[in-house]
Amino acid sequence: MSLTPDEVRHIARLARLGVTDEDVERFSDQLSHILDYFEQLKQIDTDDVPPTAYTLDLHNVMRDDEPGPSAEAEDVLANAPHRDGDYFRVRAILEE
Amino acid sequence: MADDLHRLTLHEAADLLHTKQVSSVELTRAAFERIRAVEGDIHAFITLTEEEALGQAARADEVLAEGRGTLLTGIPAAIKDAISTKGVRTTAGSKILEPFVPVYDANVISLLREAGFVMLGKTNMDEFAMGSSGENSAYGVTHNPWALDRVPGGSSSGSAAAVASGMAYWALGSDTGGSVRQPAALSGVVGLKPTYGRVSRFGLIAFGSSLDQIGPFARSVRDAAAVLETIAGFDQRDSTSAPVEVGSYTERLDEGVKGLRVGVPREYFVEGMDANVRDAVEKAISQLASLGAEIDDEVSLPSTGAAVSVYYIIAPSEASANLARYDGVKYGFSFDGGSMWEDMEGTRQHGFGEEVKRRIMIGTYALSAGYYDAYYLKAQKVRTLIRREFDAAFQKHDVLIAPVTPTPAFKIGEKTGDPLQMYLSDVCTIPVPIAGLPAISVPCGFATADDGARLPVGLQIIAKPFDEATMFRAAHAYEQSTSWHKEFPPF
Repeated sequence: MSLTPDEVRHIARLARLGVTDEDVERFSDQLSHILDYFEQLKQIDTDDVPPTAYTLDLHNVMRDDEPGPSAEAEDVLANAPHRDGDYFRVRAILEE
Repeated sequence: MADDLHRLTLHEAADLLHTKQVSSVELTRAAFERIRAVEGDIHAFITLTEEEALGQAARADEVLAEGRGTLLTGIPAAIKDAISTKGVRTTAGSKILEPFVPVYDANVISLLREAGFVMLGKTNMDEFAMGSSGENSAYGVTHNPWALDRVPGGSSSGSAAAVASGMAYWALGSDTGGSVRQPAALSGVVGLKPTYGRVSRFGLIAFGSSLDQIGPFARSVRDAAAVLETIAGFDQRDSTSAPVEVGSYTERLDEGVKGLRVGVPREYFVEGMDANVRDAVEKAISQLASLGAEIDDEVSLPSTGAAVSVYYIIAPSEASANLARYDGVKYGFSFDGGSMWEDMEGTRQHGFGEEVKRRIMIGTYALSAGYYDAYYLKAQKVRTLIRREFDAAFQKHDVLIAPVTPTPAFKIGEKTGDPLQMYLSDVCTIPVPIAGLPAISVPCGFATADDGARLPVGLQIIAKPFDEATMFRAAHAYEQSTSWHKEFPPF
């Protein structure tokens, strides 16, 4: 299993991860190596085996809808990289 | 006495506090003195909180003076920097969270505050808990107190090293694929991963959400059991928190292992295993037999060899989803790239380290159109097989015994060039979280490295889901029949 540089760029884009040409080369090499190792799973017969997403037998966990205190807006906004008054400042999403 | 305060166990320090031979403020001052003496060599902490700690200690002394207080009241501890602490910077070892100050406490921190603990600071770790050596931190490498040119293990590198070097009486880490047990083994302390769902993950910065559990490091099994008792239990803010009663882990600790059915799965004694490690683990098994345990060394868990693949598909897949939130908008590092997408891609390019990027790439690939069935779904099916094999083994056995790592602590820089080799070193710890089981690492001897370094070895005891009590009982019986846990690094 080998990943081409174009595939690496495609995955990086899906993950919104900026990469340099050097990153692409290195990742294509390393990820191919790792994917090769994963090939061992193909040897294991999993016909009729259900998948396990997690190990507890809990489903549709609900709690009572009780109001409680929220975090202070000022504390939350103090972490904002860019703020404008009581707002997070973001770039325009719609382009011309 | 004052010179040796840092060598006490949590229980010994609590005895001194409760009999008024020492105050919490004195213990806390002594802890910071110890930190000042050794932290330059070890680098266990990202953030120290001395002022807050002395305030907590003073309040603890008031509580103790009134005859209230628990075992943990007034005892200085260290917290992995993946666990949210209100008002105290929490970085998860990443540059992307360098300026981040949580607005709420993790559930474990709320419980510890109620218990009156003293927090010395936040410990170093592999970025977002992704690593087996502590070398993936954006804040520098943590050194193993037993040999400073070696890794303490990871990802909870700082927590393990802080407890091993006498800076903290106990510490919290988190374990996704071995991140508490492995550094505990390599640093010569006790460390455990509880059953999945036993400890609330509320406020734990997410890595692999179906695997992550918070667990304690300590200098004795009894200490670790007492900490788990405090932090375990149902929390409605974590929908994967189990509504299962905790009970007492310390009450039945002394009941011994007579008649305990112990299985030794042969697949854990892997090819290429260090001879000293094998020897130490085999001696520990004989020791348990001499204490009355019934040993069955014919146990087989055939899918063990597939666990590394299963883990390195599932954990990165979950991580790639969990880490999508770091976009430079709401908190943390933010890159100015000139446009929205360039900002976001630049934030993640310059905010995440190498290993985190690699895992985001693996996970994104495994979940992407056309590959989901071959990787993610296949891994989840093999996960079922691994769990079934454990379930079958636990029909006949009360606990399973194995090594924690195939080798003792390796040299800093030794494995950073080859990611797959680093992943393969997790072979003995990974199956346990895949199956959601509890397991503990207990010191079981020393290995002598080629350069003459004397390095700790860990014994892994794996138990049935929610049967931490039996895990602790076996670990305590073994520990108390040896003196490994009393050894202290040579400085």
